[in-house]
Amino acid sequence: MNSIETKLNKARTGKITPIKQDSEEKAIISVRDLNLFYGEKQALFSVSMDIQEKEVTALIGPSGCGKSTFLRTLNRMNDLIDSVQINGDIVIDNENIYQTNDVIKLRTKVGMVFQKANLFPMSIYDNVAYGPRMQGLKNKKELDKIVEESLRGAAIWDEVKDRLKTSALGLSGGQQQRICIARAIAMKPEIILMDEPTSALDPISTLKVEELIEKMKKDFTIVIVTHNMQQAARISDKTAFFLNGEVIEYEQTDKIFSMPNDQRTEDYITGRFG
Amino acid sequence: MSALPEKMGNANKKKYILEGLSSKLFQFCALISVISLLLIVGFVFYKGSLPFVVDGYSFIDFLTGVDWVPSEEKFGILPMIVASVYATIGALIIGVPVGLFTAIFLAEIAPKRVAKFISPAVQLLAGIPSVLYGVFGLAIIVPFLQNVLNLPRGQSLLAVILVLAIMMLPTIVTVAETAIRAVPKTYREGSLALGASQIETIFKVVVPAAKSGVMAAIVLGVGRAIGETMAVILVAGNSLIIPTSLTDSLRPLTTNIALEMGYAFGSHQNMLFATGIVLFSFILILNFVLAKISAKGEK
Ligand SMILES: Nc1ncnc2c1ncn2[C@@H]1O[C@H](COP(=O)(O)OP(=O)(O)OP(=O)(O)O)[C@@H](O)[C@H]1O
Ligand SMILES: [Mg+2]
Repeated sequence: MNSIETKLNKARTGKITPIKQDSEEKAIISVRDLNLFYGEKQALFSVSMDIQEKEVTALIGPSGCGKSTFLRTLNRMNDLIDSVQINGDIVIDNENIYQTNDVIKLRTKVGMVFQKANLFPMSIYDNVAYGPRMQGLKNKKELDKIVEESLRGAAIWDEVKDRLKTSALGLSGGQQQRICIARAIAMKPEIILMDEPTSALDPISTLKVEELIEKMKKDFTIVIVTHNMQQAARISDKTAFFLNGEVIEYEQTDKIFSMPNDQRTEDYITGRFG
Repeated sequence: MSALPEKMGNANKKKYILEGLSSKLFQFCALISVISLLLIVGFVFYKGSLPFVVDGYSFIDFLTGVDWVPSEEKFGILPMIVASVYATIGALIIGVPVGLFTAIFLAEIAPKRVAKFISPAVQLLAGIPSVLYGVFGLAIIVPFLQNVLNLPRGQSLLAVILVLAIMMLPTIVTVAETAIRAVPKTYREGSLALGASQIETIFKVVVPAAKSGVMAAIVLGVGRAIGETMAVILVAGNSLIIPTSLTDSLRPLTTNIALEMGYAFGSHQNMLFATGIVLFSFILILNFVLAKISAKGEK
């Protein structure tokens, strides 16, 4: 992260011109000309995108096209990989996230749910309370309240309320994934990133998570990667189609699934390649 | 379809014979290990119990006596028990934290290039014969303590503790590092994504997740320290007193056996076996306690 590009970035202002000024909707995330390299290999090519507040944005595209890579730039999880080089701007809440040093604050604002449930080997309660505790919250009453609210928010309170102190790893896969969502909610983030959150779940658990996402939309901005076209169509407001590290098309979901502009999008969603 | 089953029948017959033979072989090997172990333990216990069962010595006096003068038939090993306990605890107090922090550093914090170089080097240290640690202690640590603390002799409890702590480091570091590296990456990502810092992630998630491996590292390290003989002989001073300060010379249980077994006979020799029994029980108790602690941690 000490490339010339970064220095150039620093010289620029955090302000960004919107791609199009057609709506009154407020973009909570603005991405401009984002390029990402794993060592020599470029994985994202000049990605620009405005993501609206309190909407579900789905990222679709064939395997290896950079969906996860893009998603992970939004909370700077790519920082963990040594070889990653990034240039371009990502502005969240009027702050250029690659120009601040406060990654922790960013991650409290932008939560993440992973493909495989990754609960810690501790109790359900401690898992959900983990984030708030890391922010210095110690008051037991407040923690109790947050844990309950978050578990209710993730529609799993009734299933686990009698076993909060037991190990979280004893739950079923679907329950674990919803606890992961509760754990993310407990931070009261503005944005929640989800990377194929249902790909390891059975259809019924998937349905539950989808219903949950639908419900969460009124409180959170959600960006979700999915390989499941029906899922994208069902739950998202906008959809971005990625191919080989580029955004081919980014549109209202119903539009993209009924009359896509680009032939490649159409080929992909109708299953002709991918 | 017609010829195949017959051929397969033959192949399977061979398989069964081979299967039977190899399982016999494994049983035989297992038997040898178990029998030799039983023989050793049985022999030590037999010889060690003779003075008390046959010659009428008091076992309580043996454990609580402070004088060890074989020529006068005085066999009290309390100073040695105390010496062993102090040396082990002291080595633990220094070796465990230093070893764990080194393991954490290598597994989590050090740049890959550095870890790639240091980890194998540390593993190599675990294979160095213990007498060389003793020589190092005698050549470096003992004179150093002598000069810095202005002692008449540098051979002391502190020297033993330092040598044992250094000796257990490679074991603790290697085993703990392996355990920490085995913690799934998803735990770290999960924690960082929740706004935890790297250090918080290490201590709240990664190390607890590696707990059983870390415990194993400590148990192995302690085992190395408590049973160690050669390195200790060289730096302990071997005086038969109850050590009351870090600068006292001391004689742990192991070195007592090694120093005197060569020329001892009769009750004296049997008393050395009895010392062995005490050492053995000591190790059993320690392992039991550590296993209990780690089992408690699991829950
Ligand atoms: N840590 C890494 N180091 C090097 N290259 C990587 C790394 N992670 C991903 N890549 C490469 O970057 C490209 C994009 O990967 P990414 O994981 O973002 O794809 P994806 O769209 O999420 O795929 P999938 O649908 O299979 O999850 C791929 O070519 C991949 O090989
Ligand atoms: Mg992916």
